[in-house]
Amino acid sequence: MSKKNNKFPLNLVIAGFGGQGVLLAGKLIAEAGLHEGREVSWIPSYGPEMRGGTANCTVILSDSEIGSPVVENPDVLMILNRPSMDKFLPSLKKDGICIYNKSIIEGFTPRSDVKMIAIPASEIADKIGSTKLLNMVLVGSFMANSKAFSEESLAYALKKSTSAKHQNLLPLNEKAILEGAKYI
Amino acid sequence: MASKVLMKGNEAIGEAAMIAGCRHYFGYPITPQSELPAYLAKHMPKRDGVFVQAESEVAAINMVYGSGGTGVRVMTSSSSPGISLKQEGISYIACAEVPCLIVNVVRGGPGLGNIAPAQSDYFQAVKGGGHGDYKLIVLSPSSVQEMADFTVLGFDLADKYRTPVMMLSDGYLGQMMEPVALPEATNIKKYDKPWATIGARGRGQNLISSIHLVPEDMEKHIEHLYKKYAEIEKNELLYEEYQCGDAEYVMVSYGITARICKTACVMAREQGIKLGLLRPKTLWPFPKMPISKLAQSKNVKGFISVELSTGQMIEDVRLAVNGLKPVELFGRTGGVVPTPNEVLTNVKRLFSIK
Amino acid sequence: MKDKAKILEEVKTMKKVATRPKCLSDRTFHYCPGCTHGVVHRLVAETIDELAIQEKTIGVAPVGCSVFAYWYFNTDFSQAAHGRAPAVATGIKRSVPGSVVFTYQGDGDLAAIGTAEIIHAANRGEKITVIFINNAIYGMTGGQMAPTSLINQKTQTSPYGRDSETMGYPIRVSEMLSGFEGVKYLSRVAVDTPANIVKAKAAIKKAFQTQLEGKGFSMVEVLSICPTDWGMNVPDSKKWLQENMIPYYPLKEFKAPKAEDAKGGE
Ligand code: SF4
Repeated sequence: MSKKNNKFPLNLVIAGFGGQGVLLAGKLIAEAGLHEGREVSWIPSYGPEMRGGTANCTVILSDSEIGSPVVENPDVLMILNRPSMDKFLPSLKKDGICIYNKSIIEGFTPRSDVKMIAIPASEIADKIGSTKLLNMVLVGSFMANSKAFSEESLAYALKKSTSAKHQNLLPLNEKAILEGAKYI
Repeated sequence: MASKVLMKGNEAIGEAAMIAGCRHYFGYPITPQSELPAYLAKHMPKRDGVFVQAESEVAAINMVYGSGGTGVRVMTSSSSPGISLKQEGISYIACAEVPCLIVNVVRGGPGLGNIAPAQSDYFQAVKGGGHGDYKLIVLSPSSVQEMADFTVLGFDLADKYRTPVMMLSDGYLGQMMEPVALPEATNIKKYDKPWATIGARGRGQNLISSIHLVPEDMEKHIEHLYKKYAEIEKNELLYEEYQCGDAEYVMVSYGITARICKTACVMAREQGIKLGLLRPKTLWPFPKMPISKLAQSKNVKGFISVELSTGQMIEDVRLAVNGLKPVELFGRTGGVVPTPNEVLTNVKRLFSIK
Repeated sequence: MKDKAKILEEVKTMKKVATRPKCLSDRTFHYCPGCTHGVVHRLVAETIDELAIQEKTIGVAPVGCSVFAYWYFNTDFSQAAHGRAPAVATGIKRSVPGSVVFTYQGDGDLAAIGTAEIIHAANRGEKITVIFINNAIYGMTGGQMAPTSLINQKTQTSPYGRDSETMGYPIRVSEMLSGFEGVKYLSRVAVDTPANIVKAKAAIKKAFQTQLEGKGFSMVEVLSICPTDWGMNVPDSKKWLQENMIPYYPLKEFKAPKAEDAKGGE
């Protein structure tokens, strides 16, 4: 928990509807961090809360032992739907980053003391081939903004987390990541 | 050491159990431990293992009794209400000296409660839990790595002392993913079990039983158990001290809460507060001596038991401190987990630290 | 009176027509005089001898009068919590698949507190054998009403006779289990007469054979007497069993393995 490297520990909360790939996005980021030798933790919301249709997870990447796996004030938010924006934006650290899917999130009051990165993620994903890729678009932007790990590490994590059956989808996922990475 | 893999706590227990040679699991579904039986249901058959979903918690623990009595490494898992149902069987298992591992992924209670993380089964775990005079070895992991390591340790201690071992975990630890270096199968110890009921095979009768009708016989057997428990207390205590060397205030905390306390310790030091943490890794045996030593130290002004309950472990902390220093409680209960900031604020409040 | 030496001399020349089964220990039964537990123990022990399975048999004792069943069998044994014998037996059999596992349970143990365990062990088709003693009463605790107590039967807890209005009806366990696919051998016998004892023995042997052949769950329900808690002498007890129990609990082989059930022995 040293404060020497100011990039780490990096606390991220990802939130959206169940089925938007929130938990998988978090897992990829944790895997990529692990690949670079970091301490990582991933913790989901679970149980009836999930049945209610929303899902979120907290990911921590750190250079030293991770204490609490839950964080009050994350450094980065990745928001996939409007209710999550209302719930989590107030908790974001001052000067933090909020990456969100502007295709379906509108009409909220952005904060001026944080960096708001609006991405038409649904449209980008659709253009590449599937709405399901929208989580990858946001992961790409997270990579570019946080510089928490290299593209190679993310590609490795992606490959590792993709079942043998779906390896043919890797190029599409990678494309979505690269498109997302343009939003900084 | 093997390279690290990212795993959920519940899954890490399952994998480590199989590495430890466990091929028998009997259980009944309950949240938030379902990933563990799901993992074993998937992987046990591939390793010639036995996975039985029993008709009830009660049946499951009695299957463990039968299975463990044959000398195989056997486990069950559940969460608070299910563990309550298993208590009768656990008492029989302790008395009949059947080695086994019982995992409790604790949730909020009493009653049906909820499925959020809690530590309110502490009394039940460390004071026996079922009827009669007995103890369980209680292991308290605080990371996914420890969930794997303590699974192996649990099976080892169970066999070494012919006694049931409980792993006290919680919903967060069960659900969270962290990197784990899985234990090496080559390091797994094996034990002779000449007492196992596997068919007489030319020797006299082996008997797994917990009945001792004559009070003097029962007393003798309990004395035998407690001799064993004394050995365990002497040999198997595990704990961790964090920033205790110069600490003025010492938190005592275990499991997921201890991690939150660690972060609170770091925050405290940034504010110039000398806060330390003693984390029991075994809840029974409890680190009485280390706490007593800290209580005798000139630096230490007081203790705070930080737990997800209205104050259960604090009783053991008080016994260890034995009146030498004040012992305060900061507890959240019912499934509520405090933040590091909340812990620190309350430490300051309880000891009027500016 | 003949002198002792002479008797011993005569004994030497006598032909041995019956002997203690090898599997039965020489410990004196703790059961009440006239109780049929002893008879059933003997039948089980004879079966184990005849099938030559003593070295691989593991018994499971219940809670009830037969809590100490393990005193009498020269086999490994596990003493189970009340009602849980089928679960314990499941654990053992799944851990030592080549073994022969039997439970010995009374009607309170099996048909009241252990209902879930017996039903699910049967339904899973656990390859175990259950010897179910039905004597229509709780023996060890002093004669309380059992799930199998008959209508109007007076017991300590039905002093005015079992009233179906408030106490329900006697459970016919074998009829209930006979519908389960996992059950491969199921029979109800009685040990009231020599002829019935011979039939009981045959049923017990078939049950063990069913297990040995790996076919599935097997159970023999044995109608038994409890002179002590019925408050009758032994001849009256047998008469009561014949006149009251058998009409309600008909003796019958409910299920026996068909040839196609054979999966090869273990
Ligand atoms: S109480 Fe009844 S069943 Fe029990 S031993 Fe005596 S006669 Fe037999």
